[in-house]
This record gives sequence, C-alpha cells and structure tokens, in this order.
Amino acid sequence: MSSEIEVVQLDHIPSRHVIHLALFQDVGNAEFLHKQLLSRNADFEYAFVDASVIVSRLHLLSAVFKAVTSASNDVLKTPNVHSEIVANLAASNNVRNHAHSVIQMTDAPQIAEAYRRYGVSTATKNLVAVKVAENGSPSTEQIAEHLAKNVEGTQVPATDEKLASTADMSKVFKYYKLNGLNWLDKIKDHSAKQKEVEMLVVGAMALRGL
Amino acid sequence: MSGDFPLPPILQTPCSSEPVLITQGAEGRLYKTTYLTPNLPCALKYRPPKPWRHPTLDARLTKHRILSEARILSRCRREGIRVPGVYASDEVGGWLMLEWVPGAPVRVRINEALGDRQSGIEEDEGLKDLMRRIGKAIGDMHAVGVVHGDLTTSNMMLSPKPLNEVDGEPEGQKGCLEGEIVIIDLGLASGSLLIEDRAVDLYVLERAFGSTHPRAECIFDQVLEAYNGTFKQAPAVLKKLEDVRMRGRKRSMIG
Ligand SMILES: Nc1ncnc2c1ncn2[C@@H]1O[C@H](COP(=O)(O)OP(=O)(O)OP(=O)(O)O)[C@@H](O)[C@H]1O
Ligand SMILES: [Mg+2]
Repeated sequence: MSSEIEVVQLDHIPSRHVIHLALFQDVGNAEFLHKQLLSRNADFEYAFVDASVIVSRLHLLSAVFKAVTSASNDVLKTPNVHSEIVANLAASNNVRNHAHSVIQMTDAPQIAEAYRRYGVSTATKNLVAVKVAENGSPSTEQIAEHLAKNVEGTQVPATDEKLASTADMSKVFKYYKLNGLNWLDKIKDHSAKQKEVEMLVVGAMALRGL
Repeated sequence: MSGDFPLPPILQTPCSSEPVLITQGAEGRLYKTTYLTPNLPCALKYRPPKPWRHPTLDARLTKHRILSEARILSRCRREGIRVPGVYASDEVGGWLMLEWVPGAPVRVRINEALGDRQSGIEEDEGLKDLMRRIGKAIGDMHAVGVVHGDLTTSNMMLSPKPLNEVDGEPEGQKGCLEGEIVIIDLGLASGSLLIEDRAVDLYVLERAFGSTHPRAECIFDQVLEAYNGTFKQAPAVLKKLEDVRMRGRKRSMIG
C-alpha cells in the first residue's frame, strides 16, 4: 500500500495551513475510527466525514475554507479546526425563517447533531479524511502513513466524479432542505441540476452561524 | 491594479491570481478574485470600516448589511431567482464572496446599444426585448416575496448564458443584448409582500432609468408590461405605481 495523500492548495488561506485530503472506499473499520474520535484520541485529529453527504469538492472544501479561516481568526466555535470542518457542513437552520428569528448554531446539541449527520459513524462505508497541518506539523508523509495504517479501505483520488458517485442524494436533499423546490426538480439537464444543488448546499453552509 | 487603498485582509492572503478592483462605491468595493481554486472566479464585496463612524456602531451596521444581503441572496436562490450564489461570508471582516456573474451591467449594455442614436429607439426590438426580460426578472423576484430596495440598471447584470452553464467565461460581447438578467446588489433588499413596497421598487427603477438612459425612456413601458404578466398581484402593483408617481411628483413640487 503506497502512502500518498493529496495536498490541497486553497486560495485566500494563510500559507501556514496545509490541507490534506483523502477518500477511502469500502471502509472496514469505521467503528474503530468513530471510537477514536469519541475518546478524543489526540493521534486521530482528523475531520472524518461520511462521503455519502458530500456532493463535490467545492462542497467539502467550502467547509474546510471556513474552518481554516475561523482558526486563523481565532473564532472557532468547536474544539479545533477538524471538528469545525464537520460542524461547518451543517446547513443554516434559518434559511426558511424570516430575517429576524435567527437561531444560532452555537449550542452543543446542534453541533453534536452535525457530527452525527456528517461525521464518520459506525455505518460509514466511504470516508473522506481531512487533515490541516500547521507550520509543517505533522508532515505530509506522517499524515499519509498514519491514515494508510489506520484506515482499512481503498484509497482513491477525491475527484468530483468519485464524490458524486459516493453521494446519497436523498440524504443531501433532506439535510440541506432541498425537497419540494419545484423549480429545481424541473431542471432536466443532470449536470446543470448538480451545479444548482451544489450552489444551494454551499449557500446554506455559508449562512450557518450567521 | 487594485486601487489606491490597502486590500482588505482577506485579499492579503495567498491567491493564485491578483484581485482586480471592479467598482468602488460609497459603501464598499467590489473585487474580482477566486474562490478556493484558480478556475472559480468570484466577486468579493467588501465594506471597509468607516473611520468617521463610531467603531461599535460601524461594526454593527456592517455586520447587519452583510448578514442581510447574504440571507436574502440565499433565499432568492432557493426560490429559483437568478441572483449570485453566496460562497462565503465574514460579517466581522466585512465581506461576502459571491458567485461571479459573467457579462456586464445592464446599464453598460444599454448604453452600448444606444450609441449616439437619437431616433429609432422606440422601434428597437432588441432593446425592447431586453426591457421585457427586466420586467419579468423583477416580477419573478416580487412574486417570491422579495423587494430589492435599489433597482437600477447597474444593479442588474446581463449574463450571456444561464449561470449554471457557465464556468467563469465568457463575458459576452459589446452591445450584445442577448442573455439572462441576473439581479445583484441586494444590500437593501428585504422580504415583503406589500403592494406598496413593490410599487416603490418599480418607481425607484423608473426614476433611475429616466436619468441614466433618458433617450430610452420611451421604451420603459415594456418593463411594466412584462411585469404585469408575471404574478397575480402585478396589476395591483402597477395601479399602485400610479399613486406612488403622483406622490413623488407632489413631493418634488413642494421640495
Ligand atoms: N456577483 C457579481 N459578479 C460580477 N460582477 C459583479 C457581481 N456583483 C457586483 N458586480 C459588479 O460590481 C458592481 C458593484 O456591485 P454592487 O452593486 O453589488 O455594489 P455597490 O453598488 O457598491 O453596493 P451597495 O449599493 O450595496 O453599496 C456591479 O455594478 C457589477 O458591475
Ligand atoms: Mg450597486
């Protein structure tokens, strides 16, 4: 098993943060990984995301962008940048409400709900792992090796095609409240529709916590 | 070229390309930059701190404007109205990152199409069709319960292709009136179903249009005509518009 991992360069991120991204298919030890997070094992500081709720790189990387920006501005709402990535995947719960009755997603139950929905669970089949290193620590090699050793699964490039194929759109529609949008259902062209869904998902995330 | 003032902190971070200053208004600046990757252009709308305002009040106002624009854009988008999507926002940093709308402001395209013509404008089918698309776009927005608050031909883009088919390019051709109307600048927009608010929205556009494009005033009726067919209460809004005009006239006579 080769230990390689993608290093993602994002615009408008301070250069001391280096983002690592990996996608694992047919994960055999989700239960073990979930347990490491629950017990706050410091060796497992990753954003472990269930790939079924991710529609594209733009979707996932939007959560990463926001988390790293918050970390560098020192305004994290969760214990660290990795938990923040998972929490950031949650949709704003105020999209349907009127401008003034805004419920802030800063309280613990809502963050716990985000971990449950978007984070690794014992049922996870395909897993996205994100690791944000700071000032070269840990190194890319260390991250690649640690993941290869601890995640039982087939590592594949995290392309848009792969992510689209591992997405569970009924879950995505439910979590991002996209059911019942008639104009969306009417779009015939598959890729045009995917793009609209992606934009709505990203928009819902951008509003979260505001 | 990024202008004569320091870039906002978010644009001082590493980026694959130099940000470009597009406009500098009274309230803020608009830059073209990229979101996440070099191939995804975005509009960064930045509201700098106003040194003449009390800092606490200033921070609160900026935050309010950013939030309200982000919310209303997302709401429109969910309703299927063509507005730029929101990629990210930072109410403390005072910025919004929006989907880049290729094309040009409607104001620019109309002026290009008018050139120095003094006649024949009333029969210009290309321009008249553009007017009707504007009326339809506003009607669709009103129909979902949003009023814009600052309708002008600068706050609408003429985008050469539907947004979702575009990956950043192309910007369309000079004088070309084809394309889709995308309403932008929802900084003063709000949710409202009131006939009065909708009529005022149209009145603001009518006045702005008359002073920006005086030679095209003769075809503005096309906007209203198309608007009339877009949703159930549209005829009542147009009726109300007559009252609003009357009030406006009285006010300018007094004032
Ligand atoms: N999403 C976008 N894509 C491409 N160009 C844009 C976009 N948003 C704005 N622009 C360009 O920037 C100009 C200014 O933007 P906008 O109208 O939103 O700001 P503003 O008028 O300064 O804002 P405000 O009136 O709220 O202070 C627009 O007329 C348009 O040319
Ligand atoms: Mg404007």
